[in-house]
Amino acid sequence: MNFSGSITLAHGSGGRVMHQLVDELIRSTFSNPLLEEGEDQARIPLAGLGAQGDRLAFTTDSYVVTPLEFPGGNIGTLAINGTVNDLAVGGAKPLYLSCGFIIEEGLSLETFARILQSMRLAADEAGVQIVTGDTKVVQRGGADKLFINTAGVGVIPAGFNPSAGGAQVGDVVIINGWLGDHGAAILNARGDLALEADIESDCAPLNALVEAMFAACSDIHCLRDATRGGLATVLNEFAERSGVDMVLKEDTLPIRTPVRGMCEILGLDPLYLANEGKLVAVVPAEAAQTVLAAMQRIPAGYHACIIGAVVEGEGHVILQTAFGGERIVDMLPGEQLPRIC
Amino acid sequence: MCLGIPGQITELVDHEFLVAKVDIGGVKRDVIITCVVDDEHPAESCVGDWVLVHAGFAMSRLDEEEAARTLALLAELGDMQDEIDLMRQVGSSV
Amino acid sequence: MKYMDEFRDPATAKKLVEEIKRLAPIARGQREMPLQIMEFCGGHTHTLFKYGIASMLPADIEMVHGPGCPVCVLPMARVDDCVAIAEQPSVIFTTFGDAMRVPGTRKSLLQAKADGCDVRMVYSPMDALAIARKNPEREVVFFALGFETTMPSTALTLLQAYREGLKNFSLFCNHITTPATMRAILTDPDLRLDGFLAPGHVSMVIGAHPYDFVTRDYRKPLVITGFEPLDILQALWMLVKQFAEGRCEVENQYARIVPEAGNVAGLKAIAEVYETREHSEFRGLGNIGDAGVQIRDDYAAYDAEKKFGLPIDFAQGAVGYDPEHLKCADVLRGVMKPWECPAFAKTCNPQNPLGALMVSPEGSCAAYYAYGKLAKRS
Repeated sequence: MNFSGSITLAHGSGGRVMHQLVDELIRSTFSNPLLEEGEDQARIPLAGLGAQGDRLAFTTDSYVVTPLEFPGGNIGTLAINGTVNDLAVGGAKPLYLSCGFIIEEGLSLETFARILQSMRLAADEAGVQIVTGDTKVVQRGGADKLFINTAGVGVIPAGFNPSAGGAQVGDVVIINGWLGDHGAAILNARGDLALEADIESDCAPLNALVEAMFAACSDIHCLRDATRGGLATVLNEFAERSGVDMVLKEDTLPIRTPVRGMCEILGLDPLYLANEGKLVAVVPAEAAQTVLAAMQRIPAGYHACIIGAVVEGEGHVILQTAFGGERIVDMLPGEQLPRIC
Repeated sequence: MCLGIPGQITELVDHEFLVAKVDIGGVKRDVIITCVVDDEHPAESCVGDWVLVHAGFAMSRLDEEEAARTLALLAELGDMQDEIDLMRQVGSSV
Repeated sequence: MKYMDEFRDPATAKKLVEEIKRLAPIARGQREMPLQIMEFCGGHTHTLFKYGIASMLPADIEMVHGPGCPVCVLPMARVDDCVAIAEQPSVIFTTFGDAMRVPGTRKSLLQAKADGCDVRMVYSPMDALAIARKNPEREVVFFALGFETTMPSTALTLLQAYREGLKNFSLFCNHITTPATMRAILTDPDLRLDGFLAPGHVSMVIGAHPYDFVTRDYRKPLVITGFEPLDILQALWMLVKQFAEGRCEVENQYARIVPEAGNVAGLKAIAEVYETREHSEFRGLGNIGDAGVQIRDDYAAYDAEKKFGLPIDFAQGAVGYDPEHLKCADVLRGVMKPWECPAFAKTCNPQNPLGALMVSPEGSCAAYYAYGKLAKRS
């Protein structure tokens, strides 16, 4: 297929041009047997699924990001890894994804092809298949360049049951690496703050990491990926749902210098910056070292560390500052805005 | 309010408009240096300077000697405290 | 990060706290109440909470949060003016992020943006100027907000626009000055203050002498203070030492950044562009004479108030707009603690801020909202 030019309304019209786009670009990029069947639904044999676990995990997520492409990833890698990770942190082995595109006319075909290609690579890396999908084109102004929705299914092995309400007093809080990279990378890539920083999104699949963690300890109490709202938001959910307090030690929080720099310049708190390859786990204290060691053997967990503990309380997240002071880390009322004047 | 943080000038970008690049923890930004240059300290001597950056402007040249003085004073305070603690310990062990 | 991390060293902080604890009772002396120390600047309030410094201080010292948060003292009527400008079809309205969420009587800038206005957040007034260069067919307005720290940057930006002959750029000037605001607080009969931590970045522009009246006329010791946690602790230590030794002086803890005489080029730009405004309405503090500035007539072409014919006489000030049961004014003046306001945490919270002190992360109500829960714990 010729990748010059742009997506037009004809590409969503149901006619020949659309079929060409779907067959020659999308389907050929994502190619796999289930997709090749070319039906309006993927027909997945049940037999194989039941052998892998006792519950089906099912999730959906939509992706909108400006700019579409940024250091460390693009909207497509976010869409694959985000949905893979939503399944993985439920203890599931992610298997099949659907993929819906809403495209604003005028998007360059070259950009779209590049995003599709990186989705394929991300799916391969995570070991999942994109088995069904849909494409709509809207007129200029009807969407912002490209929106993607991915839904995914996976199978949860028997005995795995992490939940936001599962934290118990005495548990330990673990993160798998640097905080805030994605949020800082996007802020930087938008360019309207005119900053130059060498920061890449941490966009990555976490299913291999989660698998290693469960192999090390089947009794992981809470597990979530820390996306929008960052680490602080996830921990607040855990604390509220579990009816406990979470105490974080500030000097153990892994934050890269340029991310810190950006936060200092703009008066932002890295605890609330988005991540796309970070999970927060709450595990029994006696299993902490085993889980940590298992994590550090997987690329997505090289920099895993213990950042806090669960104590009795009423659902707060408390930061013990490097100073010996304490402050509450609340959920944010809205989007974090730079403080300058 | 009035958020400002120290950064180091790495290069002069525009001599006429007095723009320089400043590095803050590895994050770079062009800033206006009008407030930190004068006849005695012209723009070309700014590279390497530590400045206080606020809203895209270098607002003050950081006096590295003063900074060292403050830190030395604080370190001294620490030593003094240690002595007091030591004396207390010695006193209580007698 | 150099020149930041050294001033965040926990071991040194511990020593300073011990030293403050040792001197505080002597400093307090026979006073019935703890020493009332006002940190004027919202940036200091933020540091106090961010590092949990407030929780480390002895009971002899009580921090009183000052009105040094330009977002918090901005009258709602001025936000209304911003929204009115932003609603003009040709306008790109540019602002620092801080001001986006502040409620006007009709809506905030964030809501105006959602309703279709072209409101853009910038890091620097120079970025607003760049937008004006790029969009010659649009009117670009920058919301100039802040104390003296920010004034040189907006003044220099205006002068640059003037030099380039840009016709489509203007400032909506809401700058206010620190010494006049401090004086208003000091003449408040309801307020009992013992000393000040003065804003370091304002001082880097105006120097140390504008505060002389505080020690001379009102006999309150004052320490110009930086924004790192050790800066604040060292300044508090200097202040309690002043009390303990019976001194009353303007001292400069932040000498690495603040020159005695301030910033010559910055002051020159301020004097060139701005003149004292006869009346400035402060939210919660009412009308303070000579505390605000306006753009001089020479630069009227760059004054959004003149360009858009805004009412310069705010007949209805901020005080009138705050609902009866809100005590923002008393909290702003340091007369009342946030939690003593009947609306605090009940109808007024960060999700639904009724008063400005709940909007800004530097507002004392927002800070206490989080911190108060911690206090309950202990």
